[in-house]
Amino acid sequence: MDIFSNLADGFAIALTWQNLALALIGCFLGTLIGALPGLGPTNGVAILIPLAFTLGLPATPALILLTSVYYGAMYGGRISSILLNIPGDEPALMTTLDGYPMTKKGQAGEALALSGIASFIGAFFATWGLVFLAPQLVKVALLFGPAEYFALFTLAFATLAGVAAQNQAKAVLAAALGLGIAMIGVDHQTGVPRLTFGEIHLYDGIHFLVAIVGLFAISEVFLFLEHHDGKSGAGKSVLSRITAPLSMLARTTGSMARGTAIGFVAGVLPGAGASLGSFVAYTVEKRLKDKDGTFGKGDPRGVAAPEAGNNAAAGGALVPMLALGVPGSGTTAVLLAMLMALNITPGPLLFTQRPDVVWGLIAALFIGNIMLLLLNVPMVGIFVRVLQVPTKYLMPAVAMISFVGIYGVSGSTFDLLVMIGFGVMGYLLRKMDVPLVPVILGILLGNEMEKNLRRALTISDGDVSILWGSPIAVTIWALAILGFVAPLVFGRVLRAQKARLARQEAIQPSSGD
Amino acid sequence: MSDRVFGGVCLLLSVLYIYFAMQIQVGFVSDPMGPKAFPVVVGTALGIASLYLLLKPDPEPLWPQLGRLAEIAFSIVVMVAYTYALPQFGFVVSTTVAAALLSWRLGATPLAAAIAGICIAVGIFVIFRMVLKLSLAIGPWGF
Repeated sequence: MDIFSNLADGFAIALTWQNLALALIGCFLGTLIGALPGLGPTNGVAILIPLAFTLGLPATPALILLTSVYYGAMYGGRISSILLNIPGDEPALMTTLDGYPMTKKGQAGEALALSGIASFIGAFFATWGLVFLAPQLVKVALLFGPAEYFALFTLAFATLAGVAAQNQAKAVLAAALGLGIAMIGVDHQTGVPRLTFGEIHLYDGIHFLVAIVGLFAISEVFLFLEHHDGKSGAGKSVLSRITAPLSMLARTTGSMARGTAIGFVAGVLPGAGASLGSFVAYTVEKRLKDKDGTFGKGDPRGVAAPEAGNNAAAGGALVPMLALGVPGSGTTAVLLAMLMALNITPGPLLFTQRPDVVWGLIAALFIGNIMLLLLNVPMVGIFVRVLQVPTKYLMPAVAMISFVGIYGVSGSTFDLLVMIGFGVMGYLLRKMDVPLVPVILGILLGNEMEKNLRRALTISDGDVSILWGSPIAVTIWALAILGFVAPLVFGRVLRAQKARLARQEAIQPSSGD
Repeated sequence: MSDRVFGGVCLLLSVLYIYFAMQIQVGFVSDPMGPKAFPVVVGTALGIASLYLLLKPDPEPLWPQLGRLAEIAFSIVVMVAYTYALPQFGFVVSTTVAAALLSWRLGATPLAAAIAGICIAVGIFVIFRMVLKLSLAIGPWGF
């Protein structure tokens, strides 16, 4: 089997001391970032990218570090969901519904162990899914021309707006803002400055890191200033033992399997991401299994399903990112941006030209997943202790590290000011319920999207019909329209339900996935 | 009402955006589409979405009270001042002051905030500068 020999090569790359150490550091930091309310995977990865740059890491080790953070954050989010009823990040929202009631029943240890194992199952099988699905997708993607890519970018925005957003108009607005920001700077094809207003600093465009760290991390500080009440993060949670009885594991096997399958599919869909994965996994599980009305009152199945779902979605989201170069979520968009900054273009050619990057990464994900299981079940106590650091000391540290990261990359006062500006913008957008992920995708993909459109029109000498000139392109357009319109018709119920659930919880600032 | 104001502002923004996009100078050699078309399309999408918000706003979000808004404004001032202070006074001093002020506004007592500020600044300096060799702002005293 071709795939297995590739995978063996990947393990040979991943099993060096340096890469193992990076994976371990990444897993540890990731779990920490996920566990801390207010620091999600997207801004966690964004804050750490400057670090990967300044350490001068080559592509594979850098990617191993950051994807370990990404997987780790998906694990970590559940810790504060279960112990504090505060989701550590957005995908962990569903875990609060049954996780916190379990804690109130004195089953915090069981809930943590069970959700850790569910996370492992979800991520493990999703990584296998990545191994088999990505090469298949690559075969299709090799047939793509610029017109198809343009359609694909549109599809990512359309499904993002259609499926994930509460209000489609706001998602469109967010995407347009992002794309609009991406246009700033010197035009790559003609060398003409666009929308720079003569400001030299803007000629290179606005760096995506500046925007992301501002939108997510700095705006978080403002949200905390608005909501703070001076109380500390965690109370004294007593964890007697962190194991799940075998009978509980046996009873939740089906939930984990269903959660994994649903989560993986949700992750592969462009724009949907881990929040949707855990949400659908929980809803389906509840509908199928909630015969005695135990869901929401501390049913272990209500913990296992969404945790398997969000971790499987995290793996699934890597499929379109690696195979097509079109990210499926906010965090994979940030990973994509880092690859482009390292002069590596993800997409079908990556698999033939740089197999070391792809398979080394996949092998590292398998290894990291085992590390994460160990960190998150036997050693979860470390993270519980960190959660007891009050936010009044934590948030200033987060803000300062954000400044350090951006200063480390650019060293310019101008960029720091732009970052603060994005922080204010992020705060206002969040208050207005405008999703931030389309803004980020817009900033990241704007130039690629335009480049492909212009290439397509150059090939056809200005004839617009090339955009729907091939069966593949037509299919993608049809999916894009379906992804945007179908939720308008069928999604009202789903979204109303999701909104109601979200409102029931202590409304915690979310930070994408 | 907030959504209407927001929609109105974005509509204005989209009009300005399209106007400025039209001003982009096109060189002699250009591809068929040129550098103007895509920004104009983006501006149009922005305009349509804002128009929708203007006409069909969502329920009002919960805005913080004036006091809390002042806190946020204060923290913005702190951050901007921090940005300008970095090259003047170096990383450790500026960060101590900025982190202490933020921590104080987040509810720490002045003494605790001052200690937190020093710990955060020195901690970051040790980890990022001495261990990871990241470039931080160097003030007149070398830190």
